Amino acid sequence: MLQETGTEWLSQEVKTGTTIIAVEFDGGVVLGSDSRVSAGASVVNRVMNKLSPLHDKIYCALSGSAADAQTIAEVVHYQLDVHSIEIDEDPQVRSAATLVRNISYKYKEELSAHLIVAGWDRRDGGQVFATLSGLLTRQPFAVGGSGSSHVYGFVDAEFRGGMSKEECQQFVVNTLSLAINRDGSSGGVAYIVSIDEHGTEEKVVLGNDLPTFFDQ
Amino acid sequence: MEKRSVDSRVRGVSTGVSKPGPSLHHIPLSLFREYVSSKTINKVVQVHDQIFCCMAGSLADAQAVTKAAKFHLSFHSVQMETPPLVIAAASVLQELCYNNKEELQAGFITAGWDRKKGPQVYVVPLGGMLVGQPVTIGGSGSTYIYGYVDAKYKPNMSREECLQFATNALALAMGRDNVSGGVAHLVVITETGVEHVVVPGNKLPKFHNE
Repeated sequence: MLQETGTEWLSQEVKTGTTIIAVEFDGGVVLGSDSRVSAGASVVNRVMNKLSPLHDKIYCALSGSAADAQTIAEVVHYQLDVHSIEIDEDPQVRSAATLVRNISYKYKEELSAHLIVAGWDRRDGGQVFATLSGLLTRQPFAVGGSGSSHVYGFVDAEFRGGMSKEECQQFVVNTLSLAINRDGSSGGVAYIVSIDEHGTEEKVVLGNDLPTFFDQ
Repeated sequence: MEKRSVDSRVRGVSTGVSKPGPSLHHIPLSLFREYVSSKTINKVVQVHDQIFCCMAGSLADAQAVTKAAKFHLSFHSVQMETPPLVIAAASVLQELCYNNKEELQAGFITAGWDRKKGPQVYVVPLGGMLVGQPVTIGGSGSTYIYGYVDAKYKPNMSREECLQFATNALALAMGRDNVSGGVAHLVVITETGVEHVVVPGNKLPKFHNE
């Protein structure tokens, strides 16, 4: 830090280091993310919203290289638009996840981004899909990003099936808070998106409102 | 002459939790490349009557260091004519790790009870730093349970709560880390003595994904 001339970050790749999480509850899903974007040791954006809409009731959470993740999300947003016009109804979450997976798999050597796709559709209710490295799997919940490894133990212990929307939101906020605490590439505020049949609700939990734990 | 390099790694979660008495846990799984060379190795070693040490990293290095530390410590306690302090044990390990940091790849958690400060936990990670903490975790499996430990640790837990907390943490880490597993070794150290608890894999707590 003492020798830094201040320009290293200009040439380093911009990554959304990140912690992202998506949880399914009966009737919908809750997605959460932190807001830090880093280039090397510098934070280049401390308020980025990593929860990107793919359709009215389908969102994706971005992690990995910021450019790659954003581009995948934009391309899939466009593809889903076309698809939903063709079928003349709202697309399924599985379709959105498949589109993301197709890009992630085909370009897996060139891209380095992991998107979690979650949303609500009429056919299967709330669903969460992980698309890491080009696989496609539906899970009751999914965590991703550099901060996720620190909270695997916590989510394994605390997740229960059959949670209500409010319990899910609390679970997501707690998980993000713990990960932000331990991971240098995650930080800032917590963005929460809740999707159910009635609509989509976006919320921000500011840094000082995040839950604290025994050593803070 | 051919130079042989042996790369057997002890990886596992060690959780040392302090108050009222530290309890040390280990998961014995030692790996030689991707081959599990032992499923029941004990990574908790006794360095003095009421001071134990958890090993992590390269098994060969860790064993060599603890052997040297045990010797130093028993000599020290003879000289002082009193049982050694926990921090003395940790310092002995720290000196060895710091002075040989280029060659060694082992980290330790030292925990025990002494008359001066009661139960204590010290961690000596790879480079040879020495830090005393109320609760600490180490080893390859520890990255997965930082969140859990941060969330669930409360100061001044009872002995049973401590044991349950540590067993849960180990079980969660074993569930996620491919190089941790087998049997969980726990040691509870209090003013009155030392107790070993062994929890075989099938008796560990289960979580939603199992």
